Amino acid sequence: MSDDLRELYQEVILDHGKNPRNFHEHDGATNEARGNNPLCGDQLVIYLQLDGDRNVVNASFLGKGCAICMASASMMTDLVKGRSADEAQSMFQAFHDMCTGEGDETALAEDMEKLSVLSGVREFPTRVKCATLPWHTMVAALKGENEISTE
Amino acid sequence: MTTSNRAETTPMTYDVEAIRADFPILSRKMHEKPLAFLDSAASAQKPRQVIDAVSKVYENEYANVHRGLYQISEAVTTRYEGTREIIREFIGAAHTHEIIFTRNGTESINLVAHSFGRNFLSEGDEVIITALEHHANIVPWQMLRDEKGIVLKVAPITDDGELVMSAFDDLLSPRTKLVSVAHMSNVMGTILPIKDIIDKAHAVGAKVLIDGCQSVTHIPVDVQALGCDFYIFSGHKLYGPSGIGVLYGREELLDEMPPFMGGGDMISSVTFEESTWAKLPHKFEAGTPAIAQAIGLGAAIEYVNGLGLDAIGAHEADLLKYATQQLSSLEGLRIIGTAPTKASVVSFVLEYAHPHDIATIIDRAGVAVRAGHHCAQPLMERMDVPATVRASIGLYNNRADIDALVRALGEVQEMFG
Repeated sequence: MSDDLRELYQEVILDHGKNPRNFHEHDGATNEARGNNPLCGDQLVIYLQLDGDRNVVNASFLGKGCAICMASASMMTDLVKGRSADEAQSMFQAFHDMCTGEGDETALAEDMEKLSVLSGVREFPTRVKCATLPWHTMVAALKGENEISTE
Repeated sequence: MTTSNRAETTPMTYDVEAIRADFPILSRKMHEKPLAFLDSAASAQKPRQVIDAVSKVYENEYANVHRGLYQISEAVTTRYEGTREIIREFIGAAHTHEIIFTRNGTESINLVAHSFGRNFLSEGDEVIITALEHHANIVPWQMLRDEKGIVLKVAPITDDGELVMSAFDDLLSPRTKLVSVAHMSNVMGTILPIKDIIDKAHAVGAKVLIDGCQSVTHIPVDVQALGCDFYIFSGHKLYGPSGIGVLYGREELLDEMPPFMGGGDMISSVTFEESTWAKLPHKFEAGTPAIAQAIGLGAAIEYVNGLGLDAIGAHEADLLKYATQQLSSLEGLRIIGTAPTKASVVSFVLEYAHPHDIATIIDRAGVAVRAGHHCAQPLMERMDVPATVRASIGLYNNRADIDALVRALGEVQEMFG
């Protein structure tokens, strides 16, 4: 098996893909958005609970998708908990740039380093959207938009 | 090797390795592995004969058609119009002017929805499709429904992917004005009993459109014997160029239908007060057509005819059986679409890996398949899967291609299983 495949499907990703964290509906959600990738049919819903100061108190998700998409959503929901909406938005930008090759994993803030396991998607242009769909959907939820499509 | 030589020297055997040599792309590698191209249902590869026919047009005889009063324009017009005769014979139509060139199968269906649908269907009239249709045979009718108030009815399918004929019968009524169905499912390979469907639809006075995009490459078609009113297909799945499609329509219907688009080539005369339409088939072909693509499609059909659709079908059926057996032996693999009458397509899911991940991994092993919803989202919902992996077989595939797929799926299992 090729090295770039091993790089893409690291153990951490396979683990998050098989056993996604925060994989449930959230009754206390104040914001939620549905994300679609019409190219492959992946769909997910991101649930966010924001407090009065727009801090993310809780985050979860549900949906069907490939291992990359599920792992990305799993790690993202872990990471944005306890952040302000503005911080979550900046994390999206840094993550997005890493996936598209506009930035690299060394540019990630220390507390985001674990996301570098997803940097392998850069070698797979058709799979970048799999990794970024949860993040696009999270940003839509922050903005109060209910639906986002990656095309 | 030319097709005529092959027909003379090997009338009884199907020499797939010699056929593969006609397709230049099959000798290239993908990720340094031999290319196992199993995505012909999306778009087929082109033989040297088609590539040369298209090049020859541009190198020797390119000009616009139906206009020039000089030798090469007349020559290319003759070749372009001659393709209509090749197509007429290929599908058994009565007249060459019943063959309308379009851009692709989708445009052919939209032409019927616009020209026939908007003018001959009205509020409350019913159009029946099936649950296994491609989006191209769903969305144009939804648009017509929203515009004209027609009623769109969907005939259900079984868990195996077969049409539930009794339910189709129940949907038919004097209100049914059009039945528009696929000849063959692009996702599951199911062959629909279209002769039966056409006869039953005609019995209630409905017209019938058959979407033949998948079927014409595998099954001999005779539109007169079938009795269908419209039959549509694309060139690119039939080993021809992209950008060219076909609408066959019965003469009396096409005569009554108004033009689809207005412009040059489709008129008889134009004044600022009014215009009159050209005769068939040009009434439906506004503007400069896809000239080289049409001629390339003619070359593709001649190539297919040289091999013989019966021989192609038998070869593909043998490979489909082999692929089905080999795939079924893999643990956790479930085939989606198990109708007894099917052709050339095997869709499947693995319980431990998503189709998208599967496609990425096997791509690195040189295997090209389609993964996703295959432009048939309602069907995915019916079969209760988000997506499938689809391996589709063309006239050039061999057992080595299937073996490469099965071997690559072993790598998927190694990683995800």
